[in-house]
Amino acid sequence: MNPQMVMYEEEFNQIQAVVERLVKEANAKVVFIVAKNGQLIAAAGDTENLDTTSLASLTAGNIAATGGMARLLRENEFATQYHEGEKANIHIQLVGNRVILVVIFDARSSLGLVRLRVRRASDELNTIFEALLNKVQSPDRNDVLTEITDADIDNLFND
Amino acid sequence: MSFINYLSREINCKLVYYGPGLCGKTTNLQFIYTKTAPEAKGKMISLATEQERTLFFDFLPISLGEIRGFRTRFHLYTVPGQVFYDASRKLILKGVDGVIFVADSQIERMEANIESMENLRTNLAEQGYSLDKIPFVIQYNKRDLPSAAPIEELREALNPNRVPEYEAVAAKGDGVFDTLKAITKLVLTELKKGSGQQ
Repeated sequence: MNPQMVMYEEEFNQIQAVVERLVKEANAKVVFIVAKNGQLIAAAGDTENLDTTSLASLTAGNIAATGGMARLLRENEFATQYHEGEKANIHIQLVGNRVILVVIFDARSSLGLVRLRVRRASDELNTIFEALLNKVQSPDRNDVLTEITDADIDNLFND
Repeated sequence: MSFINYLSREINCKLVYYGPGLCGKTTNLQFIYTKTAPEAKGKMISLATEQERTLFFDFLPISLGEIRGFRTRFHLYTVPGQVFYDASRKLILKGVDGVIFVADSQIERMEANIESMENLRTNLAEQGYSLDKIPFVIQYNKRDLPSAAPIEELREALNPNRVPEYEAVAAKGDGVFDTLKAITKLVLTELKKGSGQQ
């Protein structure tokens, strides 16, 4: 019923490599990737003093709201958003209608550079997530969920 | 849409509190926030109007402990209850794993409860979910108010399928965690079942 997002080490490493390279190539402060329902998938850059969980949820809300506006205008999606602040700017890109790529940058970079680098990263991410989706749907995957017992679930609430 | 991360060993799920305006959805989240240990919760975000009515959503990430070495994390959302925010409500249901319907027990809110329940069913269907199949619990809130309708009456109007139901006084915290436990259990059971079928 519910399409599940699953992350394995192999794909995570590939995604993380793309995100880390984007930080460098775009001169960004922070880059992160969020699932459309608000869950943080990967992050790189200066994330230490940043509440990435909250940012992820708000980004997804933002994309959802913009998507709603798009439908009212009979557009498929508004795939790109840009917010300019006094010190920080944020560039939000929907990748393959599946995940959201967020780049936070300051005066050391420029919108032009960010857009250029985001375009290439989006293509790469799209390929990785497509492969990941195929892997998740394959019947012989090793799944932790099948091993969970009712007792495990009950135990969660026994403390 | 749950998210299972084998690398960080986490299971992430999304829960949505639904119900008519002023039924106590945000109050549920606020109580959970105050009673959850700092290391098990993130920041609570409320996108509200100046009158503290929910405008878009409230958001609270909490962590519930481990199952088979996997940390279970739940993202709690509320929808704006006021009728005219329907477009926003639909968005928040995207990718939901479990729904809590918070009913306002006051007899004068019966109509509003029924309308909101029908709205939930319609909006879920638009996202491709059926209210009869998705993990779902009902909370009868504001049981302490003098005009609270009898439980039988609320059940008759709102719970024909007899899903798990809980009485609550969210402002004091009564019933809040019982409701949360019930829905998380249903969601995890559904995840387990769903993965077995694949």
